[in-house]
Amino acid sequence: MKRLGPVVLEPVTAPSGGWVLVVSAGAVAAALATSAVLFWTFGLSPAGVYRAMFAGTLADPRAAPEIMRQTIPLLLCGVGLVVAFRAQFWNIGAEGQLLAGAVGATGVALFVPAGPWSVPLLFAAGFAAGAAWGLLPAWLRLGLEVNEVITTLMMNYIALFLVEWLIHGPWKGRGVFGFAYTDTFPEAAWLPVVPGTHIHWPTLAVGLLAAGGLAFLLARTRLGFEIRVLGQNPHAARYAGIDPVRTSLAAVVLSAGLAGLAGAGEVAGIHHKLLAPSQVSAGYGYAAIIVAWLARGHPLAAVLTALFLGWIFTSGDVMKVSLQLPFQVTLMFNGLILFFLIGSERLLAYRVRWAGPPGHGLPALAPAGGEGAAATGASGARRT
Amino acid sequence: MIDYLFTTVVRALAVGTPLLWASLGEIYAERSGVVNLGVEGMMILGAFFAFAVAHTTGHPTLGLLAAAAAGGAAALLHAVVAITLRGNQYVSGLALAMFGLGAAGVLGRGWEGIPLLHTLPEVSVLTYLGLGLAVVLWGVLYHTRLGLVLRSTGEAPAAAAAAGVNVILVRYAAVVFGGVLAGVAGGFLSVAYRPSWTEGMTAGLGWIAIALAIFAGWDPLRAVAGTFLYGALFFLSFRLQAQIAPEFLRMLPFAFTMAALAVMTRRQRGQGAPEALGLPYAPGDR
Repeated sequence: MKRLGPVVLEPVTAPSGGWVLVVSAGAVAAALATSAVLFWTFGLSPAGVYRAMFAGTLADPRAAPEIMRQTIPLLLCGVGLVVAFRAQFWNIGAEGQLLAGAVGATGVALFVPAGPWSVPLLFAAGFAAGAAWGLLPAWLRLGLEVNEVITTLMMNYIALFLVEWLIHGPWKGRGVFGFAYTDTFPEAAWLPVVPGTHIHWPTLAVGLLAAGGLAFLLARTRLGFEIRVLGQNPHAARYAGIDPVRTSLAAVVLSAGLAGLAGAGEVAGIHHKLLAPSQVSAGYGYAAIIVAWLARGHPLAAVLTALFLGWIFTSGDVMKVSLQLPFQVTLMFNGLILFFLIGSERLLAYRVRWAGPPGHGLPALAPAGGEGAAATGASGARRT
Repeated sequence: MIDYLFTTVVRALAVGTPLLWASLGEIYAERSGVVNLGVEGMMILGAFFAFAVAHTTGHPTLGLLAAAAAGGAAALLHAVVAITLRGNQYVSGLALAMFGLGAAGVLGRGWEGIPLLHTLPEVSVLTYLGLGLAVVLWGVLYHTRLGLVLRSTGEAPAAAAAAGVNVILVRYAAVVFGGVLAGVAGGFLSVAYRPSWTEGMTAGLGWIAIALAIFAGWDPLRAVAGTFLYGALFFLSFRLQAQIAPEFLRMLPFAFTMAALAVMTRRQRGQGAPEALGLPYAPGDR
């Protein structure tokens, strides 16, 4: 128990949902405040920046579909990472798995005769290619104990150059002389969109189904149980007869495959061709780490956190246009948010109690942060 | 032939210089028990500040000092989160990488395409200084009391603390030192190797530096050997441009890193990695 002025910090084993929400919101607010200071040192008015950001996203009706569009890949990558992180597999390679999925889907769209089977087939190819991209680091980790953080990252760069090679070399479109991208997909391989927007709803539906399905998997199935035990205590998992290789592989395949689906959605739903890696993904795979971290191990909570990151990305786009800031402004926001999230983690190990002014007898009982506990999918909020 | 060999060695040295500096820094940070995945971010901040200061003052050396300061300051952020707040070191380092790349990109708007008038030569003092530094750091690590203290905080922080070592202080110092070296590595890129500023000019070198620290077995001298290998690889890919697609050549160092990690991890069999690497330490822990 620590006393800080009138409040007392008591250690707890599992924080309440409301407290998790308060700490997470505090971390995000601190990140936005720090960005304001940085903008000021860069010679920009923080008030102007945030006014432009809110005017361009929350006050502008055209922004909502844009936020939804950016939420789709963040959701697919993010829910997958939730599962991988629960199994203690530090997959930092969602970006590369997304690109691999885009390549797989492009292969189907360009080289398999088009028809009603095109869309399901390109989704399947995207999932398979993403999963394959995750399997090499998984094999290195499980078979040779090679640190997966580094190898998944290396795979991101390898995927990036693979896409670059394809669009400059063998898959370069026949009719696009000066540019580096493939031919446009046949229309049968285009995903339907919500009219007037770029929201390719089949991918969104898959993302929502994945969130629900993975929540069920983790909470109610044998595999989910095994993933949770393996992540919490590998030794206990071994004594319980859980096969660590099989269980980890399942988590990796799900995670990497969903990232691959996100890539398939981007090329078939928005661009209708394979193009420069930075245009296929604006760093969704990296930002998905924040989606998963904010969701604190809960696939359903990832729906909300993906939406939040979708808003951050859209805000970055708004600032790019209205303030001529480079696209890295989103990266800066993301880095700061993640920093403050990690930094505030320690607060979750405590419960804050109001104890009255120092020197006034016993601590009074007034739990803080209880309200709003059931308001989001973050309820329960045990972290692994 | 001799000329060709000489050119190869010189070019390999030049390309390897930033890798060497950055991975020496990472080796010291990790020896103290703290992983810092933010090398890419610290390097790019170093590259930007080096360029901006060198351009404004006309002194590339001042630029390098600014780079060192920027790298150290960025590393301090990671140190606070990873050491004092005991947050997840891997994720905190990733956050630093994102933040560094983002902030350098925002700061660097308007600085692209400006030529630098006063530059350092490609194979410069920094290259030889780096080689000398590796030897010194190796000597300090294995043959001095300071090195023993550093290694003990990474291997058994509780035992080190019981022996009177200020674990927290040592870890802070090691992480900031690592940041300073990463900053200089970035500065080398923008004032000597390719005297200009382009966003994302570190191009993944920071991640390779981290991998190099691992497969050098956290040994500064072996990092020199690894640096040569990468330098030669980069130089080779430069020479092969006519025969092989440039995208594959740029992929090469990353693929090579995967293979090297696989081979070396197998040979090390878990040996060599500091025992408490990545584990937060709270004073009083046993």
